[in-house]
Amino acid sequence: MSVTKKAPILQVDHLKQYFPLKKESLFSPKQTVKAVDDISFNLYPGETLSIVGESGCGKSTTGRSILRLDEPTEGEILFNGTSMTSLRKKELRNIRGDIQVIFQDPYASLNPRQTIRKMLQEAMTIQKVMPKEQMEGRLLELMSLVGLRPEYLERYPHEFSGGQRQRIGIARALCVNPKVIICDEAVSALDVSIQAQIINLLKSMQRDLDLTFLFISHDLSVVRHISDRVIVMYLGKIVEIADKDSLFDSPSHPYTKALLSAIPSIDENHKRNRIILKGDVPSPINPPTGCRFHTRCPFATDLCKTDEPLLRPLTETHQVACHFAENLLSS
Amino acid sequence: MSKEVVLQVKNLKTHFTTSKGIAKAVDGVDFTLHKGETLGIVGESGCGKSITSLSLLRLIPSPPGKIVAGEILLNNKDIVKMKEEELRKVRGNQLSMIFQEPMTSLNPIIPVGEQIAETIRLHQRLPRKKAWQKAVDLLELVGLPSPEKRAKQEPFQLSGGMRQRVMIAMALACTPEVLIADEPTTALDVTIQAQILELMKDLQRQIGMSIIFITHDLGVVAEVCDQVAVMYAGQVVEHRNAKDLFKTPLHPYTQGLLRSLPNIYENQQELQTIEGSVPSPYDYPVGCRFADRCPHAREICRAEAPDLLEMNNAETKVRCFMHTEKWEAIEEKEELVCP
Ligand SMILES: Nc1ncnc2c1ncn2[C@@H]1O[C@H](COP(=O)(O)OP(=O)(O)OP(=O)(O)O)[C@@H](O)[C@H]1O
Ligand SMILES: Nc1ncnc2c1ncn2[C@@H]1O[C@H](COP(=O)(O)OP(=O)(O)O)[C@@H](O)[C@H]1O
Ligand code: SF4
Ligand code: SF4
Ligand SMILES: [Mg+2]
Ligand SMILES: [Mg+2]
Repeated sequence: MSVTKKAPILQVDHLKQYFPLKKESLFSPKQTVKAVDDISFNLYPGETLSIVGESGCGKSTTGRSILRLDEPTEGEILFNGTSMTSLRKKELRNIRGDIQVIFQDPYASLNPRQTIRKMLQEAMTIQKVMPKEQMEGRLLELMSLVGLRPEYLERYPHEFSGGQRQRIGIARALCVNPKVIICDEAVSALDVSIQAQIINLLKSMQRDLDLTFLFISHDLSVVRHISDRVIVMYLGKIVEIADKDSLFDSPSHPYTKALLSAIPSIDENHKRNRIILKGDVPSPINPPTGCRFHTRCPFATDLCKTDEPLLRPLTETHQVACHFAENLLSS
Repeated sequence: MSKEVVLQVKNLKTHFTTSKGIAKAVDGVDFTLHKGETLGIVGESGCGKSITSLSLLRLIPSPPGKIVAGEILLNNKDIVKMKEEELRKVRGNQLSMIFQEPMTSLNPIIPVGEQIAETIRLHQRLPRKKAWQKAVDLLELVGLPSPEKRAKQEPFQLSGGMRQRVMIAMALACTPEVLIADEPTTALDVTIQAQILELMKDLQRQIGMSIIFITHDLGVVAEVCDQVAVMYAGQVVEHRNAKDLFKTPLHPYTQGLLRSLPNIYENQQELQTIEGSVPSPYDYPVGCRFADRCPHAREICRAEAPDLLEMNNAETKVRCFMHTEKWEAIEEKEELVCP
């Protein structure tokens, strides 16, 4: 892919996000949730990079750190080469306009007492996008861009269906002219026919407005459809990063393989050999030693219990964190 | 080979009277469940899946809800007409239910083993100790690790997947003939979902029960169901053998639904969509409820409501004029008009 040759628009560098837990009693040991535990990746301009993994693996936490909703425990996030940790409030606010987010349930993040017009105007005013006089034209443009009727500007959030609310969420993200949009389960709550509309909308926005997407989702079919590259996370760690086709056609980490094989499909011709993993995802409070996947991995050896596999390149566009990736690839 | 019918639902209507008017949540549902088979009920949010399943157990909150028409024949006895006492015997003994979010149906402060034992004692005269042992056995059957220990734990101490196993154990407590599962895996991760689906298939083979599996996930349907009823706006629009449904969907809505699914096995350019949205249950159109979104709609579709009709064999039913003789008559007429 040519995108990987450009300078990254966003760099996540050894990011750690730990959350201290309340002590149960004075004498109980101090515990922390290692929600994200030392991850690094680049986001290149114009691409869609997805993060997949099961609930609790740290996808949303990664997104929140990039948005500076949480202060990272360790590590850095660079936007266009500048570290966001070093920025002052005012500079940070400017960057915040450049990075926008669309959540799973925009309803939860929309003020119920504000009309759509008021909400969009306020966001544009805070980010000083344009003088007030020009806003009206922009509002109409935004509404038509996301496929909503202009008279909907005067309505309140509860008057919309789930799909329409998601379009409003997209309009709000777009109104400040962002460069990067983080979509956190942005289509997960929608019915398939509506989901298809929103996915098509996101893709056409990206083409027309030259946007970069970090697409967080647990739905691998959607991810295959929308991504250029994919990150797979397990218990706060990245276990595999690859261009889309390599990841889906030759997954190399045992967890990725199991994840892909577990997806129910209507496609008779593609019934894969299902790998049923034993047990549950362990707790991120006391994650397993060595390879975090060893408690469920069908290929685990003694080495896996003690030595943590590092993320290392398999090909130019494919990185994996498993001691035995090469051997497993041939099997 | 004629299969034994366990449950047959005919023209079921469940309406809700509210200040906004009458919500026709379920408005003419028909389906047939055979012994030992799994019937999937699919459809988009709000189409009436959950209200259908609650109606089967007569668990509709009333007021505002009421079954206003139809029959629910369980081994030829109509549940709609049953007295409360008779119903109580049916629930749990013949019909059991698993809900989407197990936390809402488990008591948060009572150990799960005790809750299952209580359910057992509700239906069978067993001494406490025996009931407890049976509860532990059930937890083992559903694959809960260290069942003795887990039985003593409260629901919040278990993971989502474990809680769903507990719910299944509870539903199986009295070996029901029919298990109704409303989105039993929707809240779970895919690797855990795979475990639970495998478990349900296994248990069905062992116990020989029939299952109604409610879901919005067509992949899950393909995975576990023998027959499928596709719902749209409170009605069944297509009732098919699962394999046939995915190969040759007949109703335009089913066709649209299958086309809008992203494919995990190959790259696609643009996803097809079904334009427009579902009509409100307070105000259905007089004609076909899908007409506003249907690419094939003709005048007749807006004037008359199509019935769910059998085609070729009793296992194939569709609610669409396109598959009737009427349609061909119109086509011929139109051809006559334009030379
Ligand atoms: N108590 C109620 N009063 C009024 N309307 C109701 C009530 N309960 C349900 N409805 C309506 O009945 C219709 C069917 O609801 P139901 O819960 O069966 O949907 P569903 O198919 O299970 O959807 P989902 O996939 O979102 O679970 C919806 O339009 C819903 O808003
Ligand atoms: N503010 C917080 N305090 C404590 N734990 C948290 C907090 N935010 C997230 N976590 C924990 O961190 C882990 C990762 O969470 P999250 O990033 O939300 O996962 P997901 O991949 O589902 O988006 C989970 O175990 C979650 O419970
Ligand atoms: S390092 Fe070992 S335990 Fe981890 S994924 Fe590879 S084989 Fe499995
Ligand atoms: S009856 Fe008409 S409008 Fe309804 S689905 Fe069939 S062709 Fe479409
Ligand atoms: Mg999340
Ligand atoms: Mg429901």
